[in-house]
Amino acid sequence: MTTIEVNGLRKRFGSSVALDGMTFVVRPGHVTGFVGPNGAGKSTTLRMIVGLDRPDAGTATIGGRRYADLPCPMRHAGALLDPHALHPSRSGRNHLRWLARSQDLPDSRVDEVLTLTGLAAAGRRAAGGYSLGMRQRLGVAAALLGDPPVLLLDEPFNGLDPAGIVWMRDLLRELAEDGRSVLVSSHLMSELQDMAAHVVVVAHGRAIADAGVDELIGEHASLEAAYLRLTDGVGSIR
Amino acid sequence: MMLRAEWLKFRTVRGWMAGAAAAALIVIGLGVLAATGVTMSCMDGTREVDCPAPPTDTSGRSVADKFTFVHRTLTGDGSLTAKVGHLDGTITYPPPNHDEIVRGVVPWAKAGLMIKDGTSPGADYAAVMVTGAHGVRMQSGFTHDKASSPVREAWLRLTRQGDKITGYVSADGAAWQKIETVRLNDLPTTVRIGLFVTSPSGLTVEENPQGGHAVAARWTQATAEFSRVTPGGGWDETLVGYSDYRTTWEETHPPGHTETGGVVTVAGAGDIGLDTEGGMSVERVLTGVFAGLLPLIVVAALCGTAEFRHGLIRTTLAAMPKPVWISVSQATVVGAVSLVAGLVAVAVTLPMAVRLLEAKKVVVLSVSGPTMLRVALGTALLLSLAGVLAYGVGALLRRSVLAIVAVTALLVAPPILSVTSVLPTELSAWLLRLTPAAAFAIQQSVAAYPQMSRPQTVADGYFPLPPWAGLAVLALWALTAVAAAAWRLNRTRA
Repeated sequence: MTTIEVNGLRKRFGSSVALDGMTFVVRPGHVTGFVGPNGAGKSTTLRMIVGLDRPDAGTATIGGRRYADLPCPMRHAGALLDPHALHPSRSGRNHLRWLARSQDLPDSRVDEVLTLTGLAAAGRRAAGGYSLGMRQRLGVAAALLGDPPVLLLDEPFNGLDPAGIVWMRDLLRELAEDGRSVLVSSHLMSELQDMAAHVVVVAHGRAIADAGVDELIGEHASLEAAYLRLTDGVGSIR
Repeated sequence: MMLRAEWLKFRTVRGWMAGAAAAALIVIGLGVLAATGVTMSCMDGTREVDCPAPPTDTSGRSVADKFTFVHRTLTGDGSLTAKVGHLDGTITYPPPNHDEIVRGVVPWAKAGLMIKDGTSPGADYAAVMVTGAHGVRMQSGFTHDKASSPVREAWLRLTRQGDKITGYVSADGAAWQKIETVRLNDLPTTVRIGLFVTSPSGLTVEENPQGGHAVAARWTQATAEFSRVTPGGGWDETLVGYSDYRTTWEETHPPGHTETGGVVTVAGAGDIGLDTEGGMSVERVLTGVFAGLLPLIVVAALCGTAEFRHGLIRTTLAAMPKPVWISVSQATVVGAVSLVAGLVAVAVTLPMAVRLLEAKKVVVLSVSGPTMLRVALGTALLLSLAGVLAYGVGALLRRSVLAIVAVTALLVAPPILSVTSVLPTELSAWLLRLTPAAAFAIQQSVAAYPQMSRPQTVADGYFPLPPWAGLAVLALWALTAVAAAAWRLNRTRA
């Protein structure tokens, strides 16, 4: 059972404070929603967890270790951060194959995740021709490649058609129920309400709420209503 | 693991593999084109003949070896002493500013004493000599040259002891000064020892105000007197390297020797040194490298920039969170692919073009085995390092067009501008020392030597740095670019 522990992350970009003591824990067994207004620090936090940004202070660990210190890190944590981060003339399958090589995984695993994400046929085509929905599926396939106990997904529902949204929701729930720690950032509160058991709400670079979905909804009508109440007035462009 | 991942990444972008293949094909294609486009004809007097291949020395290099040799057998150790002087001669046509036969001696006319392994052109030798304008010299093996007193008349002595030959010079025949001792490997017990005279073409170099220069060559002959030859007598005469053809002048003043009153007068024409004019230098069939570099630079630079253009670097870093090693692995893959392209290009071009040239009776200047290997492998290494440089600059600047233009300007432009004399010679020479283009020195099969009378500037295809030093300059640039790219990636992450 592997947890994600984010502890006191701080980061400045020039004069603006991106993270201001971001702290939370993602536990296995359920989906954890990661919500907040644009610019609240969600993406920066996710990038720091997988070592793409260096914090000025604080730590982010996966099962107690820094991501960058993990050998074959994609076997410990899979991340979907930017569905467009691929070379347009390389096929989806080859995109996964080089990732598999880097994690010392066989090509058979590539075909497994392609089938799992419904890309078995499209995988042979150049990824540059993929729709956003297909890119999201390819990103999920890449995240699942190493069968990791931890998953981080940034806006995975973007660009998915309704059937895709249902598929993604069911997939993430199943993955969590298998005992994985799953952190999903999203603006779609209704999706999270159905899928997540726990929610971390961030604003101004720190977590302002970290609670079970039911507890958070409380007297409000929905997660959306609770979220809007919590983040009232903090979503403005800074 | 990282290398395997990066290699798969490279080969799954079809355009990149195609670009690397195109680089090799362009080198091969232009090499074959160059070979089929060359013709060479030679005149033996007024008769057109197939150009004769110049003789080769013991290491296989094409050499000029033509002189009048008045000699006898020397078995075992021994010595020859003579007073050499009255160096005189004739400089003939053609003009410019020179429409009559005049008396005169060219700077590199040579008269002196020689020990030679027989009388065939190309056979190993060591000699002491007076020259037209370069004083007393000791020369051996066609490229070795040591200067001594700056005089035109001197007592000279040459001695053999085992395989060591020592030259001496004296002003009065009494006080001797050693010039140097050279070792001639595998010299048989019995060799030829004697007097020689030769005289290379008189050159007029006309500087072109637009850059470059035109060279006009005039046939010359030199004569010299050898007196107090000790031990004397018993001479044979061989016109080493002469054909049957004689110039008009030679019909009345034949090369050879006469002896009157203990003075031996010898007349001869020709030169002893490396041959740079009797054929095409082998690297000429590799000029396609300039064009072949272009697709290679494009592919390698794109390989460096693609990661950033598409945000792919974030995926790469998440998979392999070791920024420095990512740069190193990618540079290694690009370098290896370029090396293979280069090896294929060279391995096909050289034998194919040389065979085509032979079939057309075009003489290719022969080079020693190690030199040939250096030109071939060096060219492949040049392509490899060029790929690494372009990758590094691409990954550093993260702008494709900028990277491609920068690398092309640094690597491909300087030699073309130099050889076509667009730039002043001095500037060209400095560019070819400092820019990555210095690496083209690795292709130069015939090195520059001060004792050769032809101009040997960059415009004549002579590079200012020695071959491996030139390649090292490119290697340094490539390493610096990759190190800077790695540093930038490590500092900023994605």
